Amino acid sequence: MALETIIGLEVHAQLSTRSKIFCACSTAFGASPNENTCPVCTGMPGVLPVLNRKAVECTIRTALATSCTVQRRSVFARKNYFYPDLPKAYQISQYELPVALCGHIDVEVDGGTKRIGITRIHMEEDAGKLVHEGEFAGAQASLADLNRCSIPLMEIVSEPDMRTPEEGGAYLRRLHDILVYLGVCDGNMEEGSFRCDANVSVRPVGQEAFGTRTELKNMNSFRNVEKALEYEIRRQVERIEDGEKVMQETRLWDANAGVTVSMRRKEEAHDYRYFPDPDLLPLIVDDSWVEELRTTIPEMPAEKIARLGRQYGIPRYDAGILASTRALADFFEASAAIYGGNPKTTANECVHWKDAVLAGTLSPETIAHAVEDRERGTISATASKKLVELVLSTGRPFRTLRDEQGLTQVSDISALDLLVDRILAASPKEVEGYRAGKAGLLSFFVGQVMKESRGKANPKAVQEVLKKRLG
Amino acid sequence: MEITREEVLHVARLARLSVPEAEAERLREQLSAILDYAKQLDRLDTRDVVPTSHAIETGTPFRDDVVEPFGDREAILANAPDRLNNCFRVPRIIED
Amino acid sequence: MANVPVHEWTLLEAARRVREKEISSRELTGALLARIEALDPKVHAYITVLPEAAAAQAEACDEEQARGALRGPFHGVPIGLKDIFCTRGVRTTCGSRILRDFLPPYNACVTEKVLAAGAVVPGKHNMDEFAMGSSTETSFFGPTRNPWDLSRIPGGSSGGTAAAVSAAMCFAGVGTDTGGSIRQPASLCGVVGVKPTYGRVSRYGMIAFASSLDQGGPIARTVADAAALLGVIAGYDRRDSTCVDIPVPDYLVAVERPVKGLRVGLPKEYYEGEGISPGVRAAVEKALKALTDQGAIVVEVSLPHTSFALSTYYLVAPAEASSNLARYDGVRYGHRAEGASGLIEMMSRTRAEGFGDEVKRRIMIGTYALSAGYYDAFYGKAQKVRTLIRDDFTKAFESADVLLTPTAPTPAFRLGEKTGDPLTMYLSDIYTIPCNLAGIPGISVPCGFSAEGLPIGAQLLSKSFREETLFTAAGAIERALPLRRVAPLEG
Repeated sequence: MALETIIGLEVHAQLSTRSKIFCACSTAFGASPNENTCPVCTGMPGVLPVLNRKAVECTIRTALATSCTVQRRSVFARKNYFYPDLPKAYQISQYELPVALCGHIDVEVDGGTKRIGITRIHMEEDAGKLVHEGEFAGAQASLADLNRCSIPLMEIVSEPDMRTPEEGGAYLRRLHDILVYLGVCDGNMEEGSFRCDANVSVRPVGQEAFGTRTELKNMNSFRNVEKALEYEIRRQVERIEDGEKVMQETRLWDANAGVTVSMRRKEEAHDYRYFPDPDLLPLIVDDSWVEELRTTIPEMPAEKIARLGRQYGIPRYDAGILASTRALADFFEASAAIYGGNPKTTANECVHWKDAVLAGTLSPETIAHAVEDRERGTISATASKKLVELVLSTGRPFRTLRDEQGLTQVSDISALDLLVDRILAASPKEVEGYRAGKAGLLSFFVGQVMKESRGKANPKAVQEVLKKRLG
Repeated sequence: MEITREEVLHVARLARLSVPEAEAERLREQLSAILDYAKQLDRLDTRDVVPTSHAIETGTPFRDDVVEPFGDREAILANAPDRLNNCFRVPRIIED
Repeated sequence: MANVPVHEWTLLEAARRVREKEISSRELTGALLARIEALDPKVHAYITVLPEAAAAQAEACDEEQARGALRGPFHGVPIGLKDIFCTRGVRTTCGSRILRDFLPPYNACVTEKVLAAGAVVPGKHNMDEFAMGSSTETSFFGPTRNPWDLSRIPGGSSGGTAAAVSAAMCFAGVGTDTGGSIRQPASLCGVVGVKPTYGRVSRYGMIAFASSLDQGGPIARTVADAAALLGVIAGYDRRDSTCVDIPVPDYLVAVERPVKGLRVGLPKEYYEGEGISPGVRAAVEKALKALTDQGAIVVEVSLPHTSFALSTYYLVAPAEASSNLARYDGVRYGHRAEGASGLIEMMSRTRAEGFGDEVKRRIMIGTYALSAGYYDAFYGKAQKVRTLIRDDFTKAFESADVLLTPTAPTPAFRLGEKTGDPLTMYLSDIYTIPCNLAGIPGISVPCGFSAEGLPIGAQLLSKSFREETLFTAAGAIERALPLRRVAPLEG
């Protein structure tokens, strides 16, 4: 019996806002316990939520970038459950009417392109953090830190369109790139800014109904998601082949052991009693707001790779590296706009100096000047590298340093023409001698030109000009 | 409309209210009576009626994304029945 | 006025006399605190009396006034607050054991506005636990008694506020109304109570019962006092997403307007049936006559879904309450059960110990109405019927400017009379509940006494944000029916 795998992914992304979604506390990571809290996010009696506009804009921009339909009216709902990290004992989320529906993103797998559907995108608030006093069974208490409470999240739910762990990984990476490109999420998986849960099931090929699925949690890197999916698929297939059933349950990925483990939690808690939050009115998004936000959507990674290849004639591989970070690609294009010579060289330079580019310590002019001077033969490759390093250490302009350091080579033909003319005019005897067959005199002329240029002329270029003029 | 004792206990558990055995029956009777009264709404045909969750029809207002720290963590923690290291301390979570 | 004792002055009178330096805030506040000390042991209108804080506030008011500064229209005048409004550093209990020692680190918007108007807060008023009740008997701190007959209830849930106002233990107070909790006790205590339009008064810092129905509003001895106090507490607050940004008109001016030509609707469903007592019917008829004598026009209107309002309310309000009250879990503030062996047990016992029977009953009903498999049949259904009830009012206000009804079906009943039967108790709110479901404003104005000498109120309802019309009509009734407002009660 041939089995096929069905994978759907749910991503929780922390939105890049300064303040929380429903109160004015800071979202900064790493504050000491309960430092970033107030009566609202700690659920004190009588306090009320007010929606952060920026959080809505981040979500709408994500919806536009993933071809979703932005809902003109969406509703915040309360998800009710008791837990010490959830101060109001409900999470404000969206349920029946989320902010966006029906989108997709295209990912590349096995040299082809596959379209993965996005079911919905909704906004919600995060819960706090619970630390257990000691990790042993004897621990008597837990400590609640509510700094994370009400940090804005966006949940992006995919269609069950993925069939392999590789497709799952490719989808996640692409989605991650999109969010970071948009600037709506910092994408930091270690700090929990980008989290993923997976729904996995297997079914016989040709069967329409889905098999029983498990939900996988606790995967904190792309590689871990792929590994967890591989493990879980193998586990489910083995069970089915052994004639056993897959249980519907939540399983945690144990990265050290490389296995998924059942959470064995009572499912009773899953009656969340969602209902529209009476403290918040419907979120109304009008067309003009959507259109205004649409103008802020940058080119997405896949489009950018294709365009960079097309527009600059650079290899796809190089375009891929440049487009991996929006800032790097922008830097490349800015440099190429200043000096349009051979973009391949500019691309190589951008990749070579990537760290400095992303750190913001290099300007596009520096790379453009470096490439231009090299291509014109004004400086050597070695001098170029040395000069860029000098720019980084001194912060002074490339060409100022070049001239001060005397690292220029004159290979400009017209400049050399003048020099050569002067030398030839001053040495009529030698010219006559050369033309009479004394080929050895060429090195005399080269020496004279080099002397006249104080060593800055490009010797190869000087020879060529001399040969032409004397020949 | 009669609800069962099991439903009473299930709802009490969802609502995190411990209900002593002795009270369950009385609660069951009272809840049944109230829900029975509520069932009179079934006499109305509401198939084409839009539900009302708010008495106002405008959209929700927004706040700008500006940080205004509350600035008094001690006041937030001061009412805590138990605390440690600036955290709220709760008994260990036992899954039963 | 010379022979009227200080504590019986109207709010506006007291404010004028302080402003004109006929009396200092210290004297005024002192007289009031003495009155509370003498009478409150009998009435129990206050959960917390704040003699030192009030005296200090009064002193500060006098000092500022000596320097020529007045804080606002109620400079130096004591105004009480229902113990549902958070007061920074002053315990706020909501009538519950679970918040017995809760010290809010913030003021409610209403608290801020009352303080900014210059008022002195003499204490926090008793109330049904979490505002769930119609008699103030569900308070953890014990019941409040009706100043007109101490064997009777004052109504609820703002029973402490209504009793304090009618016993002249404050010049006015602010209560809250979710299904009649301002208007019904105002009616039973013979004072004026206003439930403003939903969104007129900020709910920030007002402890939530049913968020889509709750509104704060004034309770006072005269229509003008109520109008002036609403003018102070109403208005936009960016901390409450459901607070509407509409300018606050001068309500005091509206009190004096003539009612000639005003179309007064009598919703026939409110006058049918046997629930309405003869004394109440007769008193409301007097109110109607007062209006028609001054040129108002009577129109009959119909609110066909009235009989479904109570069921709708007792699903919507408990559902919201079950969620609003889930935060009282013993983790961050309030009561926590001792000696629990694990988290779930701690929470379940905390809540079982911290909440009274009525609150627990409503949490159970609300949890049930929202739970899987029952949502559509109960909560969802109720939300749809709520739409029908709102539409009834929209239609009625096409032909009427105000609706006139009884506020409560009977005058004040005896303590303990209805505590054993929740459904009978719920019927006390049958005339007040539809207004909250529709979000429209309502006022209760005294219109007579029963044969036993118990106060009776008439309810007026208007379109949303037309509180002015209510004050105009209530003012006309008040002028035509000059009734005693301070209960005959001696210390």
